[in-house]
Order: sequence, then structure tokens, then C-alpha cells
Amino acid sequence: MRRDVFQAIADPSRRAILSLLAIGAMTPNAMAEHFDSSRQAISKHIKILSECQLIRQEQSGREIYYYFNSKKLKEVDKWLEPFRILWDTRFDQLDALLQKNKTKKS
Amino acid sequence: MIATKETIYTKDPSNKKLKVVREFDAPLQKVWNAWTKSDLLDQWWAPKPWKAVTQSMDFRDGGTWLYYMQGPDGERHYCRADYKSVVPNKSFNYYDAFCDEKGNIKNDFPRTLWNCQFSSTGSGTKVEVELNFDSEADLQKLVDMGFKEGFAMAHSNLDEILANN
Repeated sequence: MRRDVFQAIADPSRRAILSLLAIGAMTPNAMAEHFDSSRQAISKHIKILSECQLIRQEQSGREIYYYFNSKKLKEVDKWLEPFRILWDTRFDQLDALLQKNKTKKS
Repeated sequence: MIATKETIYTKDPSNKKLKVVREFDAPLQKVWNAWTKSDLLDQWWAPKPWKAVTQSMDFRDGGTWLYYMQGPDGERHYCRADYKSVVPNKSFNYYDAFCDEKGNIKNDFPRTLWNCQFSSTGSGTKVEVELNFDSEADLQKLVDMGFKEGFAMAHSNLDEILANN
């Protein structure tokens, strides 16, 4: 199955995992402690995040630590950037218009 | 006071939907009018330095908005919106399209279904726009196009900054 970054971050639990790992590397057990979901569910999220390279793992002794790969997340921004510029500009113009009409009538 | 609100962009896992959510600091009726009345749309719909110019507007179920976007070098892109259903002050949806000046649709570009929803919040109005694509490739095409426009805009903003300093 094809995986991409957007699919990965579409899920709120996976976004939460990313915010956790953004603070520091963690073992799967430590991550699971932060969630009500089953350990199995968390493993599945970890697997998806790894497949999209949003996180990477490193062995340290007997434990596996997961790291947040911020470089990969930047791709999301890059992808959306043009679209974002277009809409942000458009909406700023609408803000200005609404503001203008407000002062005109009051 | 003009507060710039945050716009939230979400891409659906299917890669066929893109959602844009934004709040505006004005009552619902005014925001609704800005999205549905051509004289107001002309004032904000095209991102600078482009301008939107309405040719005809028939805002109702089955009606059409025909307009063009004029670029800084005078080039024109004709577009149309075919409204499917309109629920006053609540929602409307339509298919967009590029067309010629008579409104004949150019089929080489994918059409997107737009769902626009409006709701009052405590302090203003929330607008949710959902863009639906037939395929992932169609979405990519739109983004590529946005890139070109975004690039042009970035330059115009730079011009403005340079002119003001």
C-alpha cells in the first residue's frame, strides 16, 4: 500500500506521536504510556510513520528509540506552500474588504 | 483592528480532497455576500496582482458565474462556476472550469467540485471550503497551477515592499 506524509499526518494520534518525538527520542513503550489506545494500535501508527520516513529508529542496547525526522515534515509545507500563498492572499483581501464595508456602514 | 486569522489546510488521506477553513471577523450575512455577489467577489477573489472581472452572475441552483482573471500583463483567463445547489446563508456548491470568453468549457483541465459552508461563531463567521477532485493527479495539477500564481504574487508583494521603502 502506498503511504505518504499527508496520509500519515491525517490521523490525530499520529500527529500526537510526532509532537512527542519532536521533544525527544522515545521507545515505543514510553510513547504508548501517553495514549489510551492499545499498545498494538500505537505500534501500527509507528509503523505508518516509519514507512513515510517521518520517524526513524535507532537501536540503543536492547531498546529501540524513535526519532522525529523533521526534514520529511517540511515536505508537507513545501507541497502546500503555493496553494497557501494563493489562499492566504485571497483571504487577506477579503478581510480588508469586510473591514472596509464595516466602517462604511457604522 | 485587522486581525489576520489563521487558515487551516488539510489534505484528505484519499488525496482527492483539500479542505480550507478560515474565520472572518464579520457577521455571517456580510461574509456570505462577499462570496456570492459578483461586485464584491471582483474585489477579492483574484489574488493580487490579478483581478477578477465578472461577465455575468446568476447565483442560484443551476446558475453560472462567468468571469475572467486578468494578469499583470493583461492576459486573461476565463473561468466559470456552475452552481449546483444554494442554501442561502448556509452553503453552496459548484463545479469550476476554465472556459473561453463565451463560456465554452475547456476540457483539458480537470473540474473541481467546491463545497462552501458558512457558520456563525461567537465573534465572526467560519467558512469551510472543501475541494473535491476526481483523482490525485487532478489535485496535483491544481497545486502546480497555484504554484505559478503564487510565484507571481510573491513577486508583486516584493515590488510593493520595494516601492514602500
